Amino acid sequence: MKRIGFIVNPVAGIGGKVGLKGSDGEETLKKALELGAVPESGKKALIALRVLGAAAELSEMEICTCPGDMGENVCKEAGLSCKVLDCMTGDHAGEWTSLADTALVGKATSPADTVRAAKMLCGLGADLILFAGGDGTARNILDAVGKSAAVLGIPAGCKIHSGVFAVNPKRAGELALRYMQGKVPRTKEAEVMDIDEEQFRQGRVQSRLYGYLKIPDDVRLVQNLKSGSRGGGQDSTERLAEYMADTWENDVLYIVGGGSTTARIMERMHFANTLLGVDLVYSGQVVGTDCTEREILKAVSEYGKAKILVTVIGGQGYIFGRGNQQISAEVIRRVGRKNIIVAASEEKMLALFGKCLYVDTGDEEVNGYLHGYMRVLTGYGEYAVMKVTG
Amino acid sequence: MGYVKKNRDFHQARWDEPFIMEMGNPGERGVLIPGASDEVKKVSGEVSELIPAGLKRKKAPKLPELSQMQVLRHYMRLSQETIGTDINIDIGLGTCTMKYSPKIHEQFVRAEKFQELHPYQDESTVQGILEIMYKDEQYLKAISGMDKVSLQPSGGSQAIFANVQTIRAYFEERGEAEKRDEIITTILSHPANPGTAATLGYKVITLYPDENGLPDIEALKAAVSERTAALMITNPEDTGIYNDRIRQFVDIVHEAGGLCVYDQANLNGVFGLTRAKDAGFDMCHYNLHKSFSSPHGCQGPGAGAQCVSEKLAKYVAAPTVEYDGEKYYLDGDRPKSIGKLRMFYGVPSVLIRAYAYIRTLGADGMKQIAELSILNNNYLIKKLLEIKGLSMPFAKGRFRMEQARLSWQELTEETGVTTDDICRRIVDYGFQDYFTSHHPRVLPEPFTPEPVETYSKDDMDEYAAAFAAIAKEAYTEPELVKGAPYKAALGARIEEECLTEWGKFATTWRAYKKL
Repeated sequence: MKRIGFIVNPVAGIGGKVGLKGSDGEETLKKALELGAVPESGKKALIALRVLGAAAELSEMEICTCPGDMGENVCKEAGLSCKVLDCMTGDHAGEWTSLADTALVGKATSPADTVRAAKMLCGLGADLILFAGGDGTARNILDAVGKSAAVLGIPAGCKIHSGVFAVNPKRAGELALRYMQGKVPRTKEAEVMDIDEEQFRQGRVQSRLYGYLKIPDDVRLVQNLKSGSRGGGQDSTERLAEYMADTWENDVLYIVGGGSTTARIMERMHFANTLLGVDLVYSGQVVGTDCTEREILKAVSEYGKAKILVTVIGGQGYIFGRGNQQISAEVIRRVGRKNIIVAASEEKMLALFGKCLYVDTGDEEVNGYLHGYMRVLTGYGEYAVMKVTG
Repeated sequence: MGYVKKNRDFHQARWDEPFIMEMGNPGERGVLIPGASDEVKKVSGEVSELIPAGLKRKKAPKLPELSQMQVLRHYMRLSQETIGTDINIDIGLGTCTMKYSPKIHEQFVRAEKFQELHPYQDESTVQGILEIMYKDEQYLKAISGMDKVSLQPSGGSQAIFANVQTIRAYFEERGEAEKRDEIITTILSHPANPGTAATLGYKVITLYPDENGLPDIEALKAAVSERTAALMITNPEDTGIYNDRIRQFVDIVHEAGGLCVYDQANLNGVFGLTRAKDAGFDMCHYNLHKSFSSPHGCQGPGAGAQCVSEKLAKYVAAPTVEYDGEKYYLDGDRPKSIGKLRMFYGVPSVLIRAYAYIRTLGADGMKQIAELSILNNNYLIKKLLEIKGLSMPFAKGRFRMEQARLSWQELTEETGVTTDDICRRIVDYGFQDYFTSHHPRVLPEPFTPEPVETYSKDDMDEYAAAFAAIAKEAYTEPELVKGAPYKAALGARIEEECLTEWGKFATTWRAYKKL
């Protein structure tokens, strides 16, 4: 019988919508919950699992997973039977079931649990380990299994730099199913990347390579490795920043997403900015820095006319849903599609040659609203017309 | 059976030659010009007095002082350090259409009766060259299907520039110039299209290819609006792929009220087979030095032709050459014209060669140009793709016309040898270095060959064999390729920043001295 391993990092991505840029550590997690964050990764894992569950062949496969929110609960919600592993390592391992039990936050689930679970799945000879999380989770999986098992990530973290994730949860389910059905006969190595924190503190988005995992080889359904900025992109970014400066409207609230491209525009406008956060600008003033979804929505109500300025994640093509979850589906709905400015250097767009732009707002209706074609500002009054999908 | 030489043991002349500005000695002269006789001076006065005081230099220019022999030897040495078209199988300069130019054309352009013409001569004394230009215009009308031609542009990009000016003039007259401020093009069209559009202040909207390798038609539908001034598109694009939906592209833009401009820089693949007008275009241009056979390269000589439909005829660059039934004349009295692009009219030497080329080939011959170019290209592609490490990754399986953009990516990944390394190494085999790609470099490690109609099967076999040998070197002795060239005039690699950093450019002797 074929066996699929399933691991959910229940806290992955929890800091995203509340502007924390990550979910690592007990303090961050507590802060996220205080700010009103709700666990997101389980929902994303559920989308993938439902695609898997819809296949008749699944009755002939065994799903092995972890207790509670680390997999078991999602399987139950999807109506799928599963074998639950005894893989928890913490003091409260025996009693832990859900993140809803806030008294156990930070104690019940840790990276060590992910590592142990992945090792056990590997030992059980799982044909594929499907995991929901972000770059940190991918690093845990790497530590546990290396290249000894095929794995696939369901994107659920704040930042996805690694190439081991499907382009969205639905596609993760599709690809996992195709792989388990034997329709994707090969695997390939994909990079596990994470932001280099030292570089990040110095204001540069530089990702670091941690190793390689083995993933199903289907180029259409797997994320491209997020590329760091190349020197060649500089000229075009200068030109587009100049254009933004020349066409900036004072009576409009600008919701400015993170990234080095938007940072350059902000610098050109002499505005302070948060490299990986969302800032708000109105009438020549920065009126909000590193804002949460709630703060953005409040500002939209207050200032009326608003525009969203975001960049494209290099190498991947995401414009929403990766690193800018604060600009949520609701924010996009309120601001409107025609008020979205996407800016990226020509070099970044060329690195995406032959591919689409992606959105993953967590809201299928808004994703659908954004689908179609969008202009990307690539220079001084220069645009690329790109297909947006999800 | 033909004769295919695999290794010609080529070695180029190499001279450690100084700049001419560094040569010579004070007082050395090539020609000693005798002073004017008293008799002449009586009529003319002192020559130095004829120049207005404001134009006189205070000090004599620091020109090199050399004898005739020194000058001749200097330039002969430099000429030996080039790989001229007559000793070279110049297939590698794809998109440049390096076809053979019959030597009899040189007799025409070097004839005294042409050489000694002057643009200030009275029209009645230059009827011959005006007739040739007028007939060139008529032939180009027939070839393009358009209604009016101007031969004023001195190159392809200037002709494209003239077309963008025409777009602006057309919408200005209709009162729509301010509203229609966007020009749509494609990422694989010639970069002069976005370049000229941006130069004239238009926003440039670029379409990327869809999964079939053609410009994305759905993206075009999303891009057109009441702001669209024009579509500027090359077909076939630089990949050699012909856009068979071109009529739909034109119709979509026309429905939005925009104009359509056909960049025919890659004419060789469709010469005599298709016409711009038949695809619905309003304008097109030709690079006469390329498609109509003039020896070109090293910045000249070029010539462009601007071709437009009836509704745009009044805007073309002036003057045009006209014929009133008795005499040929230059018509500069065109009030709606975009005006002059340059001094005088066109580049007559290229226009004479184009005339001879058209007259020699005729309509059937022109059709053969495209057929042979396509045949040659597809033969060469097949030969080249047998080479390990070389591939044609873009739009796999799609037919290529007269050229193709190939990629050494596989070889680079496996050996570390890049297309730029191979570009230098090929010179050691006695070939001109090749053209990688227009900007932007969309495909990794590109190589764009274009075996036009004039190369033989033997030529192509020899050319492909050289690349096969280099690929073998790359897999066995990569450092050899990376260190190339060894047998070329230029042994050491140029510091790349000298070509890319504005601060390091030295386009004059004075700038060089400053650096």
